[in-house]
Amino acid sequence: MISDEAAGQKRLLYPEKKGGLRTVSPSGLAAFFGQVFAIVEVEIRKVLRDPIELFSRVAQPILWLAVFGQVFSRIKGIPTGNLSYMAFMAPGILAQSVLFSAIFYGISVIWERDLGIVQKLLVSPSYREALVSGKAVAAGIRGLAQMVLIYILIWAMRINLNHGVVSILGVMTAVFLGSAVFSTFSLVVACIVKTRERFMGIGQLLTMPMFFASNAIYPVALMPAWLRVIARFNPLTYLVDALRQLMVQGGQSVYGPGMDFGVLAAVFLVLLLLASRLYSGIVR
Amino acid sequence: MTGETTAQDVAVRASQLTKRFGSFTAVSRLDLTIRYGEIFGLLGPNGAGKSTTIKMLITLLAPTSGTAVIAGFDVADSSMDVRRRIGYVPQMLSADGGLTGRENLTLSARLYGMPRHERSENIRHALKFMGLEAHADKLVKAYSGGMIRRLEIAQALLHHPAVLVLDEPTIGLDPVARHAVWERLKVLRRDLGLTVLITTHDMEEADELCDELVILHHGKKIVAGKPADLKAAIGPDATLDDVFTSSCGVIIQESGDFRNVNQTRRTARRLG
Repeated sequence: MISDEAAGQKRLLYPEKKGGLRTVSPSGLAAFFGQVFAIVEVEIRKVLRDPIELFSRVAQPILWLAVFGQVFSRIKGIPTGNLSYMAFMAPGILAQSVLFSAIFYGISVIWERDLGIVQKLLVSPSYREALVSGKAVAAGIRGLAQMVLIYILIWAMRINLNHGVVSILGVMTAVFLGSAVFSTFSLVVACIVKTRERFMGIGQLLTMPMFFASNAIYPVALMPAWLRVIARFNPLTYLVDALRQLMVQGGQSVYGPGMDFGVLAAVFLVLLLLASRLYSGIVR
Repeated sequence: MTGETTAQDVAVRASQLTKRFGSFTAVSRLDLTIRYGEIFGLLGPNGAGKSTTIKMLITLLAPTSGTAVIAGFDVADSSMDVRRRIGYVPQMLSADGGLTGRENLTLSARLYGMPRHERSENIRHALKFMGLEAHADKLVKAYSGGMIRRLEIAQALLHHPAVLVLDEPTIGLDPVARHAVWERLKVLRRDLGLTVLITTHDMEEADELCDELVILHHGKKIVAGKPADLKAAIGPDATLDDVFTSSCGVIIQESGDFRNVNQTRRTARRLG
């Protein structure tokens, strides 16, 4: 046993030469993706161990669809083209649930900073972009899980959905990208405000205006001019627009899927670069 | 410090290391030399600049001026090379509670680029060395403080760092857990010649572990040397506590705000 212990100790350290490394961290794309997936795996494991939060996020969409949607369908005051109001708002509610759960992602980073987890990640020789992308990809996967739950809800309410493979894959892509955009945005906010209290305040302050200044529950054409301008700069508008065409039968995109996905991808890239720059600042 | 120290023997060298936040100087022109194989203690009261110094050395904070070189690499110019060569254990119990011990180690191994075929074997040895084998697959949130700290040390050692940096390694641990951590650190030094940098304001810990120490106060180095020499300089029965209070106490008397506190206390005593 003693020799085993000694062998273990020798393995632990670096007896060959002073300062010699056991692992030469590879650099380049392979290392980058290795680090991204290391973060993704950890995040997914944690969600799977404690999935209650995931389910609790379905409560709000139920309220919007079952209460708000049902009531507003009766008024028929919102021009939704050839769609029923419920079919019109269903993609909006999916987008909203993506936004609302991703926007609080940043608070977990503040929490991890307070626990010292972020410090350890930042002291490791990983790319900052990989750490941030890992979080975004994990948020994307959570978004997909949420999509499944909301699809069940929508199906139960007998709203006509597109069942084609292309539509489903398109919706998945949009939900993934949307989750990545809003979670990375949330990370940027967290890195700037740095405390949980301030983050909660800002999070509340951002989500409802983003929701109402979008085409989620009424068309942009119905808005006053000033709000229309804000809606055009709101990434949520493009997510809803993409989802509306892909998700519901007879749904029409206003800006076209190319524009929608282009805007979302571009916003994500900008936020990713910004968050990677700001991420190390959270521990200062 | 001895004059014979050659560049090859030096694990950490800081020269005139300075950090300012606006008009506040957290660390002022700090010189440090840490040789391979020694446990080096950075002591000082709260707010002395220990954490800021550590953050600069582990590349989390850029120095305002001055330089620091770790295992031959400059923290400012070659931060990635420095990161590959250091292991860091933060002050907070920072292992991820939602993961098992093994998963925490796997995450570290992957972030440090350890090849897949080496991972499980290396992780097993690290767990064994830290006495955590039996708990490897339990969630860390069920661990005691001492177990979490040992897991974190295992995590920080996995990639063979040249320097292990521990910020207040036993703060908040019970005496048994404290001694267990000390014992492991001593084994690491004795058997494997690991270089360790710790911050602490626990004088017993400093006395027990450190080969060399520096006391910081208001961001400046005010005392440096071996614990035994420092104690001997004060008196025959002096403890490190005496060294600490005598060195920091002098300065406390000199600074205006602290004298005011003392005056207030005297007034309170007189009145009361």
